[in-house]
Amino acid sequence: MPNMIVCVKQIADPEAPAGSFRVDAAAKQVIPAAGVNQVVSPFDEQAVEAALRIKDAHGGKITAISLGKNFVMDVIKKPLSMGADELILLQDPPFEGGDSYSTAYALAMAIKKIGGFDLIFCGRQAADWDAGQVGSGIAEFLGIPSITLAKKVEFLDGKVRVERVVTDGYEVIEAPTPVLITVSNELGEPRYPKLKGIMAAAKKQVPTWNAQDIGADTSKLGAGGARTKLLKLFVPVKEGKCEIIEGEGPEDAGAKLALKLREAKLI
Amino acid sequence: MAENKGVMVCGEIIEGKLAAITLELLGGGRGLADALGEEFSLVLMGSGIGNLAKEGIGFGADKVYVVDDPLLKDYQTDSYVAVMEKIVKQFAPNILLMGQTAMGRDLAPRLAFRLGTAVSMDCVQLSIDPDSKLLLQTRGVYGGNAKATYVCEGTKPQMATVRSKAMDPRERDDSRKGEVIAVKSGLDPSMIRTKVVNRVKEEVAGVKLEDAQVVVCGGRGIGGPEAFKDLEALAKALGGAMGATRPPCDNGWVPASLQVGLTGKIVSPTLYIAVALSGSSQHMAGCSGSKNIIAINKDPEANIFKEARYGVVGDFKKVLPAFTQKVKQLLTG
Repeated sequence: MPNMIVCVKQIADPEAPAGSFRVDAAAKQVIPAAGVNQVVSPFDEQAVEAALRIKDAHGGKITAISLGKNFVMDVIKKPLSMGADELILLQDPPFEGGDSYSTAYALAMAIKKIGGFDLIFCGRQAADWDAGQVGSGIAEFLGIPSITLAKKVEFLDGKVRVERVVTDGYEVIEAPTPVLITVSNELGEPRYPKLKGIMAAAKKQVPTWNAQDIGADTSKLGAGGARTKLLKLFVPVKEGKCEIIEGEGPEDAGAKLALKLREAKLI
Repeated sequence: MAENKGVMVCGEIIEGKLAAITLELLGGGRGLADALGEEFSLVLMGSGIGNLAKEGIGFGADKVYVVDDPLLKDYQTDSYVAVMEKIVKQFAPNILLMGQTAMGRDLAPRLAFRLGTAVSMDCVQLSIDPDSKLLLQTRGVYGGNAKATYVCEGTKPQMATVRSKAMDPRERDDSRKGEVIAVKSGLDPSMIRTKVVNRVKEEVAGVKLEDAQVVVCGGRGIGGPEAFKDLEALAKALGGAMGATRPPCDNGWVPASLQVGLTGKIVSPTLYIAVALSGSSQHMAGCSGSKNIIAINKDPEANIFKEARYGVVGDFKKVLPAFTQKVKQLLTG
């Protein structure tokens, strides 16, 4: 009956159309586009799914934690509605403006406070900043082994067996618990919450912890604890124009496209 | 304490050869070392490394640190992090680079945290700031919708992983002189908490995606596994390789090893034919290095048309057979 922790992040929907994306270069911030929803970062949903598959097979408890601000409760409760048992939010101005380093530190301190864990799951990278560091960082702060890019996780007595994605295949790795695992999309579709789960999640009390609650060294938190500095944020200008090849119907257009590529010496 | 100096590349050995990304890092890293006027070194970890150090010098390194140990035969987090920690503490590089590969994605963050420094992952551009002399690290963010430039001011080494094909290798020059230095790993088995129990290869036959000069790529709009056979036939006719965006892989229509994109393979062919794919930024991160992008999509608003040189707006089920037939005619005629 493993004790499991899953780290999740709330972000703007990464599937939003590219055209809606805008940046405030002076503030070095993304401008939230109108009509774009907040979601749980997709790889984090798969991390929840990985934990749920183990709970299905072995029982145990899943505690989801999330560091952020402006939480949309319907959104951030998704791990609960999928089947996680608890959700804890980390929200406090000292946590803000951080990078991978200060984020991993805060999450590690929260996990230390929760204690007694066998497995920690994270998404392989957050689909906003795409850094892919926090999972490994948490494991380093906690002094436990980590396995990244998992497509399958099995829980055996006192250890895990993980299939890890590599170029052109996968490797099978075993490690003793406690261990941290980052999850990749090859794990498969996360389950849809059932109505029963959604209703239970809606009623669930969700505690919020601040920097003092987790006993954090504030010099290691947020913008002050960050080890990198963002100098510039910009949207690259796209030049170039697409020549649309037309024809009397799609078949004709297809044939004309081939001729155009021959003309351009591309085939 | 002595100042950190030198640009160091953490190399990767694949099937007994220097990985393409390592040669690219030697090419790009050489430029950074020259801009700083500092030494340029390569670290090779593995078992039975042989002559690869000499090849590293031929591709641009001044020094190659060779750590040859049976415990390093397979990449594992604990062993490689421990060895790199030892190397960094001993040789104190200013800048440490590695590839954004399965190994780099795992090694770089853990090592950065171990050393109390920072890494920028999946950089597409690196340069030296003329005033501060710090490494400017530019990477894609928000799935590739934007780019962000970072600097690491307070700690050393400044670390970055670099995207495949973001840098170019130099011409190999075996007349180059350099030093090869053997370094003891300092490892014992008790330090390695994980165990690799199996390796499964899922390679697709034919031209490798990463090396292909022609790539035919299908997206969600293909609708299922069957129609991918037509893309495969086109790829074969053009002597190229077939790829896919993430949804067809996630849906099991094609093997995961065909995924082209931010979390898949990076390709840079001369000709990239995008069939029934929208051109999301996460996908474009994998193929934007293509010299010529051709798009076939029934949605005229699809983002791919902003990236393509030529396109047809139409249903691929009708456009593609006619296109393939004409291509075959032109190639045999």
